[in-house]
Amino acid sequence: MSGVIKQTWSPATDEYQSTLIELKDMVSACMQCGTCTASCPNGFAMDVTPRRMWRMIQFGMLDQILESRAFWYCSSCYMCTLRCPRGLKLTSAMGALKRLSRLDGSWAAKKNGAFYEAFMDNVEVYGRAQELSLMNRYFLKRKNPALPLSFIPLGMKLMGKGKLHIPNRTQRGRLKAMFAKAREMEISS
Amino acid sequence: MRYAYYPGCSLLESAQEFDVSVRAVMECLGVTLEEIPNWTCCGASAAEPVSKLMNYALPARNLAIVEKEMGGIDVLAPCSACYLNLLKVNKEVIGSRELHGKVNEVLSASGQRYAGNVKVLHLLDVLLNDVGVKLVEEKVTDGLKGMKVAPYYGCQILRPYAVFDDPGKPTSMEPVLKALGANVYEWDYGNRCCGASLMVGHRDVAIRSVAEILNGASDADVIVTVCPLCQMNLEAYQAQAVKAGGVRVPVLYLSQLMGLAFGFGEDVMQLKKNLTMTAGVRDMINNKVWSQLRQTESGEELTGVEP
Repeated sequence: MSGVIKQTWSPATDEYQSTLIELKDMVSACMQCGTCTASCPNGFAMDVTPRRMWRMIQFGMLDQILESRAFWYCSSCYMCTLRCPRGLKLTSAMGALKRLSRLDGSWAAKKNGAFYEAFMDNVEVYGRAQELSLMNRYFLKRKNPALPLSFIPLGMKLMGKGKLHIPNRTQRGRLKAMFAKAREMEISS
Repeated sequence: MRYAYYPGCSLLESAQEFDVSVRAVMECLGVTLEEIPNWTCCGASAAEPVSKLMNYALPARNLAIVEKEMGGIDVLAPCSACYLNLLKVNKEVIGSRELHGKVNEVLSASGQRYAGNVKVLHLLDVLLNDVGVKLVEEKVTDGLKGMKVAPYYGCQILRPYAVFDDPGKPTSMEPVLKALGANVYEWDYGNRCCGASLMVGHRDVAIRSVAEILNGASDADVIVTVCPLCQMNLEAYQAQAVKAGGVRVPVLYLSQLMGLAFGFGEDVMQLKKNLTMTAGVRDMINNKVWSQLRQTESGEELTGVEP
Protein backbone atom coordinates (compact mmCIF):
# COMPACT_ATOMS: atom_id res chain seq x y z
CA MET A 1 0.00 0.00 0.00
CA SER A 2 0.98 3.62 0.24
CA GLY A 3 3.44 2.83 3.02
CA VAL A 4 5.35 0.58 0.64
CA ILE A 5 5.38 3.22 -2.06
CA LYS A 6 6.74 5.71 0.42
CA GLN A 7 9.60 3.39 1.33
CA THR A 8 10.57 2.82 -2.27
CA TRP A 9 9.87 6.06 -4.08
CA SER A 10 9.57 8.96 -1.77
CA PRO A 11 12.62 11.18 -1.41
CA ALA A 12 12.58 10.42 2.31
CA THR A 13 15.76 11.08 4.19
CA ASP A 14 18.03 8.35 5.49
CA GLU A 15 16.87 9.19 8.98
CA TYR A 16 13.29 8.53 7.91
CA GLN A 17 14.25 5.16 6.41
CA SER A 18 16.26 4.03 9.41
CA THR A 19 13.53 5.07 11.85
CA LEU A 20 10.98 3.20 9.74
CA ILE A 21 13.08 0.04 9.68
CA GLU A 22 13.63 0.31 13.41
CA LEU A 23 9.90 0.76 13.99
CA LYS A 24 9.03 -2.31 11.92
CA ASP A 25 11.59 -4.34 13.86
CA MET A 26 10.16 -3.14 17.14
CA VAL A 27 6.65 -4.44 16.48
CA SER A 28 7.23 -7.34 14.06
CA ALA A 29 6.73 -9.91 16.83
CA CYS A 30 3.39 -8.43 17.95
CA MET A 31 0.83 -11.24 18.23
CA GLN A 32 -2.18 -8.95 18.58
CA CYS A 33 -3.14 -9.88 22.13
CA GLY A 34 -4.33 -6.33 22.86
CA THR A 35 -2.73 -6.05 26.29
CA CYS A 36 -1.20 -2.71 25.26
CA THR A 37 -4.58 -1.23 24.35
CA ALA A 38 -6.16 -2.47 27.55
CA SER A 39 -3.29 -1.03 29.60
CA CYS A 40 -3.16 2.40 28.00
CA PRO A 41 -4.53 5.16 30.28
CA ASN A 42 -5.04 7.44 27.25
CA GLY A 43 -6.42 4.80 24.89
CA PHE A 44 -9.95 6.18 25.24
CA ALA A 45 -8.88 9.30 23.32
CA MET A 46 -7.12 7.49 20.47
CA ASP A 47 -8.76 7.05 17.08
CA VAL A 48 -6.58 4.02 16.32
CA THR A 49 -5.84 1.71 19.25
CA PRO A 50 -2.23 0.72 19.99
CA ARG A 51 -2.88 -2.93 19.05
CA ARG A 52 -4.31 -1.89 15.70
CA MET A 53 -1.40 0.45 15.13
CA TRP A 54 1.16 -2.37 15.43
CA ARG A 55 -0.82 -4.48 12.97
CA MET A 56 -1.02 -1.60 10.51
CA ILE A 57 2.75 -1.20 10.72
CA GLN A 58 3.18 -4.91 10.00
CA PHE A 59 0.95 -4.44 6.94
CA GLY A 60 2.89 -1.37 5.79
CA MET A 61 -0.07 0.97 6.33
CA LEU A 62 2.18 3.67 7.66
CA ASP A 63 0.42 6.57 5.94
CA GLN A 64 -2.89 5.77 7.62
CA ILE A 65 -1.22 5.67 11.02
CA LEU A 66 0.57 8.95 10.43
CA GLU A 67 -2.75 10.50 9.45
CA SER A 68 -4.22 9.45 12.77
CA ARG A 69 -3.67 11.35 15.99
CA ALA A 70 -3.41 8.27 18.20
CA PHE A 71 0.32 8.13 18.96
CA TRP A 72 0.35 11.80 20.02
CA TYR A 73 -1.75 10.71 22.99
CA CYS A 74 1.03 8.52 24.36
CA SER A 75 2.19 10.05 27.65
CA SER A 76 5.24 7.73 27.90
CA CYS A 77 3.93 5.96 31.00
CA TYR A 78 5.40 2.63 29.79
CA MET A 79 2.46 0.54 30.99
CA CYS A 80 2.18 -1.15 27.57
CA THR A 81 5.91 -1.84 27.50
CA LEU A 82 5.77 -3.26 31.02
CA ARG A 83 2.90 -5.60 30.26
CA CYS A 84 3.67 -6.68 26.69
CA PRO A 85 3.98 -10.48 26.84
CA ARG A 86 6.40 -10.36 23.91
CA GLY A 87 8.62 -7.82 25.63
CA LEU A 88 8.27 -5.29 22.82
CA LYS A 89 9.40 -1.71 23.42
CA LEU A 90 6.05 -0.23 22.53
CA THR A 91 6.56 3.14 24.21
CA SER A 92 9.72 3.58 22.13
CA ALA A 93 7.65 2.66 19.07
CA MET A 94 5.27 5.52 19.95
CA GLY A 95 8.32 7.79 20.14
CA ALA A 96 9.51 6.56 16.72
CA LEU A 97 6.07 7.34 15.26
CA LYS A 98 6.26 10.87 16.66
CA ARG A 99 9.69 11.27 15.01
CA LEU A 100 8.42 9.92 11.67
CA SER A 101 5.46 12.28 11.71
CA ARG A 102 7.87 15.15 12.39
CA LEU A 103 10.16 14.11 9.50
CA ASP A 104 7.05 13.90 7.35
CA GLY A 105 6.53 17.57 8.11
CA SER A 106 2.87 16.91 8.73
CA TRP A 107 0.40 19.40 10.13
CA ALA A 108 -0.31 17.06 13.04
CA ALA A 109 3.38 17.01 13.94
CA LYS A 110 3.53 20.80 13.93
CA LYS A 111 0.55 21.02 16.25
CA ASN A 112 0.94 17.97 18.47
CA GLY A 113 4.72 18.00 18.51
CA ALA A 114 4.94 21.73 19.25
CA PHE A 115 5.58 21.20 22.94
CA TYR A 116 8.42 18.73 22.35
CA GLU A 117 9.97 21.02 19.73
CA ALA A 118 9.69 24.04 22.01
CA PHE A 119 11.23 22.07 24.85
CA MET A 120 14.23 20.97 22.80
CA ASP A 121 14.76 24.46 21.32
CA ASN A 122 14.72 25.81 24.85
CA VAL A 123 17.28 23.26 26.05
CA GLU A 124 19.49 23.98 23.05
CA VAL A 125 19.54 27.68 23.95
CA TYR A 126 19.75 27.56 27.74
CA GLY A 127 21.30 24.14 28.44
CA ARG A 128 18.53 23.54 30.95
CA ALA A 129 14.77 23.76 30.45
CA GLN A 130 13.50 27.18 31.52
CA GLU A 131 9.78 26.84 32.13
CA LEU A 132 8.65 30.39 31.45
CA SER A 133 10.53 30.85 28.16
CA LEU A 134 9.63 27.27 27.20
CA MET A 135 5.92 28.04 27.45
CA ASN A 136 6.36 31.29 25.50
CA ARG A 137 8.14 29.39 22.75
CA TYR A 138 5.38 26.78 22.76
CA PHE A 139 2.68 29.46 22.38
CA LEU A 140 4.57 31.00 19.45
CA LYS A 141 4.77 27.64 17.72
CA ARG A 142 1.07 26.93 18.17
CA LYS A 143 0.10 30.30 16.66
CA ASN A 144 -3.19 30.23 18.54
CA PRO A 145 -3.84 33.43 20.49
CA ALA A 146 -6.52 31.77 22.62
CA LEU A 147 -4.06 29.18 23.91
CA PRO A 148 -1.89 31.47 26.09
CA LEU A 149 -5.08 32.94 27.56
CA SER A 150 -6.11 29.50 28.81
CA PHE A 151 -2.86 29.30 30.77
CA ILE A 152 -3.18 32.70 32.45
CA PRO A 153 -4.88 31.45 35.63
CA LEU A 154 -2.17 28.83 36.12
CA GLY A 155 0.51 31.42 35.38
CA MET A 156 -0.96 33.80 37.97
CA LYS A 157 -1.10 31.04 40.54
CA LEU A 158 2.51 30.01 39.87
CA MET A 159 3.63 33.62 39.98
CA GLY A 160 1.86 34.10 43.30
CA LYS A 161 3.75 31.10 44.67
CA GLY A 162 7.06 32.45 43.39
CA LYS A 163 7.43 29.60 40.92
CA LEU A 164 8.09 31.60 37.76
CA HIS A 165 11.65 32.62 37.05
CA ILE A 166 13.56 34.54 34.45
CA PRO A 167 15.83 32.17 32.50
CA ASN A 168 18.98 30.98 34.24
CA ARG A 169 21.84 31.72 31.85
CA THR A 170 24.65 29.83 33.54
CA GLN A 171 24.53 26.95 31.05
CA ARG A 172 23.52 29.01 28.03
CA GLY A 173 24.97 27.59 24.82
CA ARG A 174 26.57 24.66 26.66
CA LEU A 175 24.82 22.09 24.44
CA LYS A 176 25.06 23.89 21.10
CA ALA A 177 27.92 21.76 19.78
CA MET A 178 26.21 18.51 20.78
CA PHE A 179 22.94 19.51 19.13
CA ALA A 180 24.77 20.48 15.94
CA LYS A 181 26.70 17.20 15.90
CA ALA A 182 23.55 15.10 16.46
CA ARG A 183 21.74 16.92 13.67
CA GLU A 184 24.64 16.39 11.29
CA MET A 185 24.79 12.67 12.17
CA GLU A 186 21.04 12.14 11.89
CA ILE A 187 20.80 13.72 8.47
CA SER A 188 23.60 11.60 7.04
CA SER A 189 22.94 8.36 8.95
CA MET B 1 27.07 8.05 52.08
CA ARG B 2 27.89 10.37 49.21
CA TYR B 3 26.03 10.83 45.94
CA ALA B 4 26.36 12.91 42.82
CA TYR B 5 23.15 14.93 42.93
CA TYR B 6 21.25 15.60 39.71
CA PRO B 7 18.44 18.03 40.61
CA GLY B 8 17.05 18.37 37.07
CA CYS B 9 15.54 21.51 35.59
CA SER B 10 12.15 21.53 37.38
CA LEU B 11 13.75 21.40 40.81
CA LEU B 12 15.34 24.78 40.16
CA GLU B 13 12.08 26.22 38.86
CA SER B 14 8.51 25.22 39.71
CA ALA B 15 9.54 22.43 42.08
CA GLN B 16 11.99 24.25 44.33
CA GLU B 17 10.28 22.90 47.43
CA PHE B 18 11.20 19.39 46.25
CA ASP B 19 14.87 20.35 45.88
CA VAL B 20 15.03 22.14 49.22
CA SER B 21 13.27 19.36 51.12
CA VAL B 22 15.34 16.57 49.53
CA ARG B 23 18.58 18.34 50.42
CA ALA B 24 17.46 19.05 53.99
CA VAL B 25 16.12 15.57 54.66
CA MET B 26 19.12 13.81 53.15
CA GLU B 27 21.52 15.95 55.15
CA CYS B 28 19.59 15.08 58.29
CA LEU B 29 19.99 11.40 57.41
CA GLY B 30 23.75 11.80 57.06
CA VAL B 31 23.77 11.68 53.26
CA THR B 32 26.08 14.04 51.36
CA LEU B 33 24.71 15.32 48.06
CA GLU B 34 27.22 16.88 45.69
CA GLU B 35 25.60 18.64 42.78
CA ILE B 36 26.99 17.56 39.40
CA PRO B 37 29.01 20.54 38.09
CA ASN B 38 27.51 22.24 35.03
CA TRP B 39 24.82 19.61 34.64
CA THR B 40 22.41 20.12 31.76
CA CYS B 41 18.90 18.96 30.89
CA CYS B 42 18.25 15.20 30.51
CA GLY B 43 15.70 15.78 27.71
CA ALA B 44 12.72 14.73 29.87
CA SER B 45 10.12 12.99 27.73
CA ALA B 46 10.50 15.62 24.99
CA ALA B 47 13.79 14.41 23.48
CA GLU B 48 12.58 11.02 22.23
CA PRO B 49 9.89 12.45 19.89
CA VAL B 50 12.45 14.85 18.38
CA SER B 51 15.83 13.13 18.19
CA LYS B 52 16.81 9.59 19.09
CA LEU B 53 20.46 10.53 19.48
CA MET B 54 19.84 13.51 21.75
CA ASN B 55 17.44 11.39 23.79
CA TYR B 56 20.50 9.37 24.87
CA ALA B 57 23.25 11.98 24.53
CA LEU B 58 21.61 14.56 26.82
CA PRO B 59 21.49 12.31 29.89
CA ALA B 60 24.81 10.64 28.94
CA ARG B 61 26.56 14.01 29.13
CA ASN B 62 25.72 14.30 32.82
CA LEU B 63 26.87 10.76 33.56
CA ALA B 64 30.10 11.48 31.68
CA ILE B 65 30.79 14.40 34.03
CA VAL B 66 30.23 12.20 37.08
CA GLU B 67 32.49 9.52 35.60
CA LYS B 68 35.32 11.90 34.82
CA GLU B 69 35.11 14.61 37.46
CA MET B 70 33.45 12.96 40.45
CA GLY B 71 35.18 9.61 40.54
CA GLY B 72 32.15 7.79 39.14
CA ILE B 73 30.16 7.84 42.39
CA ASP B 74 26.48 6.85 42.34
CA VAL B 75 24.01 9.42 41.02
CA LEU B 76 20.84 10.36 42.89
CA ALA B 77 18.06 11.85 40.74
CA PRO B 78 14.84 12.86 42.55
CA CYS B 79 12.80 13.55 39.37
CA SER B 80 11.20 10.52 37.69
CA ALA B 81 11.92 11.54 34.11
CA CYS B 82 15.52 12.47 34.93
CA TYR B 83 15.97 9.18 36.75
CA LEU B 84 14.60 7.13 33.86
CA ASN B 85 16.57 9.02 31.22
CA LEU B 86 19.85 8.61 33.08
CA LEU B 87 19.08 4.96 33.80
CA LYS B 88 18.13 4.38 30.16
CA VAL B 89 21.66 5.27 29.05
CA ASN B 90 23.07 2.46 31.18
CA LYS B 91 20.37 0.01 30.12
CA GLU B 92 20.07 0.76 26.40
CA VAL B 93 23.27 2.47 25.24
CA ILE B 94 25.86 0.55 27.21
CA GLY B 95 26.04 -2.91 25.66
CA SER B 96 24.92 -1.76 22.23
CA ARG B 97 28.15 -1.14 20.34
CA GLU B 98 26.59 0.85 17.53
CA LEU B 99 24.47 3.13 19.69
CA HIS B 100 27.22 3.61 22.28
CA GLY B 101 29.60 4.66 19.51
CA LYS B 102 27.11 7.17 18.14
CA VAL B 103 26.31 8.64 21.55
CA ASN B 104 30.01 9.08 22.28
CA GLU B 105 30.42 10.71 18.88
CA VAL B 106 27.79 13.29 19.86
CA LEU B 107 29.44 13.74 23.27
CA SER B 108 32.81 14.25 21.61
CA ALA B 109 31.46 17.51 20.19
CA SER B 110 31.80 18.89 23.73
CA GLY B 111 34.97 16.95 24.49
CA GLN B 112 33.33 14.18 26.51
CA ARG B 113 32.76 10.45 26.45
CA TYR B 114 30.88 8.07 28.69
CA ALA B 115 32.17 4.55 29.33
CA GLY B 116 29.17 3.34 31.35
CA ASN B 117 30.54 3.07 34.89
CA VAL B 118 28.13 5.29 36.81
CA LYS B 119 25.21 3.83 38.73
CA VAL B 120 21.92 5.75 38.75
CA LEU B 121 19.67 5.59 41.81
CA HIS B 122 16.23 6.85 42.69
CA LEU B 123 15.50 8.64 45.95
CA LEU B 124 13.30 5.74 47.14
CA ASP B 125 16.00 3.21 46.33
CA VAL B 126 18.52 5.20 48.40
CA LEU B 127 16.08 5.62 51.30
CA LEU B 128 15.16 1.95 51.44
CA ASN B 129 18.38 0.21 50.58
CA ASP B 130 21.23 2.58 51.44
CA VAL B 131 19.90 4.74 54.27
CA GLY B 132 17.46 2.21 55.69
CA VAL B 133 14.09 2.74 57.30
CA LYS B 134 15.55 2.28 60.77
CA LEU B 135 17.56 5.47 60.47
CA VAL B 136 14.50 7.32 59.13
CA GLU B 137 12.55 6.17 62.18
CA GLU B 138 15.30 7.40 64.51
CA LYS B 139 15.13 10.90 63.04
CA VAL B 140 11.38 11.28 63.59
CA THR B 141 10.67 13.83 66.29
CA ASP B 142 7.24 14.96 65.27
CA GLY B 143 5.43 11.85 64.08
CA LEU B 144 2.44 11.94 61.80
CA LYS B 145 0.38 9.48 63.79
CA GLY B 146 -2.96 8.77 62.23
CA MET B 147 -2.37 10.74 59.03
CA LYS B 148 -3.75 8.81 56.07
CA VAL B 149 -1.21 9.13 53.30
CA ALA B 150 -1.78 7.89 49.76
CA PRO B 151 1.60 7.02 48.18
CA TYR B 152 1.68 8.07 44.53
CA TYR B 153 4.57 6.59 42.52
CA GLY B 154 3.63 7.64 39.00
CA CYS B 155 5.09 5.98 35.94
CA GLN B 156 8.71 6.33 35.16
CA ILE B 157 10.46 5.41 38.39
CA LEU B 158 9.53 1.75 37.94
CA ARG B 159 8.61 1.45 34.29
CA PRO B 160 9.93 0.02 32.12
CA TYR B 161 12.89 -0.77 34.41
CA ALA B 162 11.83 -2.13 37.79
CA VAL B 163 15.07 -1.70 39.73
CA PHE B 164 13.89 -1.51 43.34
CA ASP B 165 10.16 -2.24 43.48
CA ASP B 166 7.29 -4.08 41.81
CA PRO B 167 5.99 -1.85 38.99
CA GLY B 168 2.60 -3.62 39.05
CA LYS B 169 2.02 -2.97 42.73
CA PRO B 170 4.69 -0.67 44.14
CA THR B 171 5.16 -0.63 47.92
CA SER B 172 8.55 1.03 48.44
CA MET B 173 7.12 4.18 50.02
CA GLU B 174 5.15 2.23 52.62
CA PRO B 175 7.99 1.41 55.04
CA VAL B 176 9.08 5.06 54.93
CA LEU B 177 5.55 6.33 55.62
CA LYS B 178 5.11 3.83 58.45
CA ALA B 179 8.43 4.95 59.93
CA LEU B 180 7.02 8.50 59.98
CA GLY B 181 4.05 7.22 61.95
CA ALA B 182 1.57 7.73 59.11
CA ASN B 183 -1.07 5.26 58.00
CA VAL B 184 -0.67 3.99 54.46
CA TYR B 185 -3.86 4.62 52.50
CA GLU B 186 -4.73 1.60 50.39
CA TRP B 187 -5.62 2.47 46.83
CA ASP B 188 -5.21 1.25 43.28
CA TYR B 189 -3.97 4.42 41.63
CA GLY B 190 -0.44 4.62 43.00
CA ASN B 191 1.17 3.68 39.69
CA ARG B 192 -1.42 5.23 37.39
CA CYS B 193 -0.13 7.81 34.89
CA CYS B 194 -0.97 11.47 35.69
CA GLY B 195 -0.99 12.36 31.98
CA ALA B 196 2.51 13.86 32.09
CA SER B 197 3.08 16.47 29.37
CA LEU B 198 -0.30 15.73 27.75
CA MET B 199 -1.50 18.31 30.27
CA VAL B 200 0.01 20.97 27.99
CA GLY B 201 -1.27 19.87 24.59
CA HIS B 202 -4.22 17.57 25.33
CA ARG B 203 -5.45 18.77 28.68
CA ASP B 204 -8.87 17.11 28.47
CA VAL B 205 -7.21 13.69 28.30
CA ALA B 206 -4.82 14.32 31.19
CA ILE B 207 -7.54 15.89 33.36
CA ARG B 208 -9.50 12.64 33.19
CA SER B 209 -6.51 10.72 34.59
CA VAL B 210 -5.96 13.30 37.31
CA ALA B 211 -9.64 13.24 38.32
CA GLU B 212 -9.56 9.44 38.60
CA ILE B 213 -6.40 9.53 40.71
CA LEU B 214 -7.82 12.21 43.03
CA ASN B 215 -11.05 10.25 43.39
CA GLY B 216 -9.02 7.17 44.24
CA ALA B 217 -7.54 9.11 47.16
CA SER B 218 -10.83 10.70 48.27
CA ASP B 219 -10.55 9.38 51.84
CA ALA B 220 -6.84 10.10 52.25
CA ASP B 221 -5.53 13.15 54.11
CA VAL B 222 -2.77 13.81 51.61
CA ILE B 223 -1.24 12.30 48.50
CA VAL B 224 2.56 12.16 48.48
CA THR B 225 4.55 12.21 45.25
CA VAL B 226 8.18 11.75 44.26
CA CYS B 227 8.01 13.51 40.88
CA PRO B 228 7.76 17.23 40.06
CA LEU B 229 5.49 16.65 37.07
CA CYS B 230 3.11 14.35 38.97
CA GLN B 231 3.02 16.97 41.71
CA MET B 232 2.21 19.76 39.24
CA ASN B 233 -0.47 17.79 37.41
CA LEU B 234 -2.15 16.54 40.59
CA GLU B 235 -2.28 19.89 42.37
CA ALA B 236 -2.32 22.70 39.81
CA TYR B 237 -5.33 21.39 37.93
CA GLN B 238 -7.57 20.36 40.83
CA ALA B 239 -10.27 22.92 40.02
CA GLN B 240 -10.56 21.53 36.49
CA ALA B 241 -10.35 17.96 37.77
CA VAL B 242 -13.25 18.71 40.11
CA LYS B 243 -15.32 19.78 37.11
CA ALA B 244 -14.44 16.44 35.54
CA GLY B 245 -15.77 14.65 38.61
CA GLY B 246 -12.72 14.58 40.85
CA VAL B 247 -12.38 15.53 44.53
CA ARG B 248 -9.82 17.83 46.13
CA VAL B 249 -6.91 16.29 48.00
CA PRO B 250 -3.77 18.09 49.24
CA VAL B 251 -0.57 16.92 47.53
CA LEU B 252 2.91 16.96 49.10
CA TYR B 253 6.34 15.70 48.17
CA LEU B 254 7.44 12.68 50.20
CA SER B 255 10.55 14.61 51.24
CA GLN B 256 8.39 17.45 52.59
CA LEU B 257 6.37 15.01 54.66
CA MET B 258 9.59 13.45 55.96
CA GLY B 259 10.94 16.88 56.84
CA LEU B 260 7.77 17.72 58.79
CA ALA B 261 8.07 14.47 60.72
CA PHE B 262 11.75 15.24 61.39
CA GLY B 263 10.64 18.51 63.00
CA PHE B 264 11.82 20.91 60.28
CA GLY B 265 8.68 23.02 60.25
CA GLU B 266 6.57 24.22 57.37
CA ASP B 267 8.78 27.19 56.49
CA VAL B 268 11.89 25.08 55.99
CA MET B 269 9.88 22.56 53.95
CA GLN B 270 8.42 25.48 51.96
CA LEU B 271 4.85 24.23 52.33
CA LYS B 272 3.53 27.59 51.16
CA LYS B 273 4.96 26.89 47.71
CA ASN B 274 2.64 23.93 47.21
CA LEU B 275 -0.44 24.89 45.26
CA THR B 276 -2.80 22.80 47.39
CA MET B 277 -1.35 23.94 50.71
CA THR B 278 -3.87 26.53 51.78
CA ALA B 279 -3.84 28.02 55.25
CA GLY B 280 -6.49 25.48 56.25
CA VAL B 281 -4.44 22.52 55.15
CA ARG B 282 -1.29 23.88 56.80
CA ASP B 283 -3.23 24.29 60.05
CA MET B 284 -4.45 20.74 59.72
CA ILE B 285 -0.89 19.52 59.36
CA ASN B 286 0.53 21.74 62.10
CA ASN B 287 -2.18 20.87 64.60
CA LYS B 288 -2.35 17.23 63.57
CA VAL B 289 -6.10 17.31 63.15
CA TRP B 290 -6.08 15.86 59.67
CA SER B 291 -8.76 13.23 59.85
CA GLN B 292 -11.23 15.35 61.75
CA LEU B 293 -10.75 18.26 59.39
CA ARG B 294 -11.31 16.25 56.29
CA GLN B 295 -14.36 14.64 57.79
CA THR B 296 -15.97 17.91 58.80
CA GLU B 297 -15.05 20.11 55.89
CA SER B 298 -14.09 17.56 53.24
CA GLY B 299 -11.29 19.91 52.26
CA GLU B 300 -13.82 22.32 50.76
CA GLU B 301 -11.71 25.34 51.43
CA LEU B 302 -8.93 24.10 49.18
CA THR B 303 -8.53 26.17 46.08
CA GLY B 304 -7.05 25.03 42.84
CA VAL B 305 -6.63 26.74 39.51
CA GLU B 306 -9.69 27.74 37.56
CA PRO B 307 -9.50 27.02 33.84
